[in-house]
Amino acid sequence: MKSDQLILNNHQSSPADLAKSKKKKMNGRMMAYYLMVIPAALLFFAFHTFPAIQGIYYSFTNWNGINLDYDFVGFKNYINLFKDTAVRDSYLFTFKFAIFAGVLVNIISLAVAIGLNAKIKGRNFFRAVYFLPNILSVLIVGFIFNFVFTSIIPNLGEKYQIEFLTENILGNANLAWIGILIVFIWQSCAFNIILYLSGLQTVPHELYEASSLDGANRWQQFWKITFPVIAPFFTINMVLAMKNALMVFDQIVAMTGGGPGTVTTSISYLIYTGGLAGGEFAFQSANGVIYFIVIMAISVFQLKVLQKREMDM
Amino acid sequence: MRERTNWPVTIFIALGSVAILIPLYISISIALKNPQELAESALSLPLNFHWENFTKAIEVTNFFNAFKNSSIITIFTLVFTLLTNSLVAYGIARNMHRKLFRNLYYYFVSALFIPFPIIMLPIVKQTSALGLNNTAGLILLYVVYGMAMNIFIYVGYIRSIPIELEEAAIVDGCSTWGVFWKVIFPLLTPINATVGILTCLWAWNDFLLPLVILSDSADATLPLVQYVFQTEFGADYNLAFASYLMAMAPMVIVYLFAQKWIIGGVVKGAIK
Repeated sequence: MKSDQLILNNHQSSPADLAKSKKKKMNGRMMAYYLMVIPAALLFFAFHTFPAIQGIYYSFTNWNGINLDYDFVGFKNYINLFKDTAVRDSYLFTFKFAIFAGVLVNIISLAVAIGLNAKIKGRNFFRAVYFLPNILSVLIVGFIFNFVFTSIIPNLGEKYQIEFLTENILGNANLAWIGILIVFIWQSCAFNIILYLSGLQTVPHELYEASSLDGANRWQQFWKITFPVIAPFFTINMVLAMKNALMVFDQIVAMTGGGPGTVTTSISYLIYTGGLAGGEFAFQSANGVIYFIVIMAISVFQLKVLQKREMDM
Repeated sequence: MRERTNWPVTIFIALGSVAILIPLYISISIALKNPQELAESALSLPLNFHWENFTKAIEVTNFFNAFKNSSIITIFTLVFTLLTNSLVAYGIARNMHRKLFRNLYYYFVSALFIPFPIIMLPIVKQTSALGLNNTAGLILLYVVYGMAMNIFIYVGYIRSIPIELEEAAIVDGCSTWGVFWKVIFPLLTPINATVGILTCLWAWNDFLLPLVILSDSADATLPLVQYVFQTEFGADYNLAFASYLMAMAPMVIVYLFAQKWIIGGVVKGAIK
């Protein structure tokens, strides 16, 4: 600080020159700032925004992704989307999956986080164990669970004569989605537990002591003290878990390939298979646009509703 | 007065962690057995270690090539992300009062809401037309796509750094670039750690982007190789699991040594 003062004093000898050079320097400074951000913005436009616009553009054509020529068909793809049973089924599956995943991931994560926050032995070890799934490849975890469901559990069922375990649930059209749900929960809880835990650590300890002196039980303590403090974490965890579940892809590839039949075909999996291999480039582009609008609407809706709840508490 | 250990909760937490560890135990156990031992029991402790599963998996999947590809992609993505994304965020953070920069901030961050599938089909065409359907293209996409999240994280952090520090350097005759590299970048170390960890986890484990972008199978990353060789593994699960373990091992080893640091970094990124 002292040396700055000295330099400032030196400059004061010629105020006119200073103003001039200062202006020049300001321009140079702004130039540098522009150089920092403009190329990045252009790259981002070229590889993110531009493809998104292209996707919207193609959604109004009948391009199959291979031929050189295509025609404009207006809203035909969009109208057909609403008539297409494969598309409808993929939305129903994905929503069902996301709702169950969002709720279960949050309940389990919060329960485990409260446990980890209690006075327990080996807390750091357990914290490290619970976070471990977050660093693993989703695809490979999917392959591992694939084997667990198709081979290990049925074998155990036969060995110990437990009827309901003998079936490979991934091969059952009614149960396959539960297999994917289990893998998703196994892996997604890791991140949410750690977030809840860091939220719980911000709850002042004195509040619990004071309330237990007032005769509040554990359940009341949770709803009156803990939950209001961690409400922002509930918001972010719910939004994140639902968003990830709505985008489910790797687990589908690793476990069911969208089957049996098409019962576990998620929206992103349908866009991938139909758009790149199925010759439905334009049709699935329209699907992508609708998908984008849906995810956007759900995220905004969740943030609004959950944040309002935070305010009310 | 010290609180007593809560044993019921400890047991509940311990049981839960078994649910996390069992699939990993099963993977190790299968990778070390031969098909007969696997047929007898998947869960029993492996008694004879069949290391040949690993040597065979290395051969079949050309493991070292995929390992090299994943490493190159992860390291270059990491370095370029830290150097460029922080710079962009600095330019934005110090000019948030200017309309252009503020709008650019919202432009980058709003991309967080755009799901990848809407870009997926066109970007495949675009990268192959530009000759970017390879490792270099993948690195470029990671660095560019990472900006949405990273700029959000960096800008919040940079705005908490007192501007007086920079003013002092400016008076000393530092250029804007000099201010960034000499004053700001060293101060970013904690948040660089966060961005670095998130970037590494993403680039190392990602499957969808390599799947759609890479056209030459010689460029395949570790997760992509597991997918490509599914048919080749066939019913040889011992081989497949040896391959899975080797693909996950590098991250797990890093995690064993740096778990506190990694967890802390990830939490900081999410709470920002």
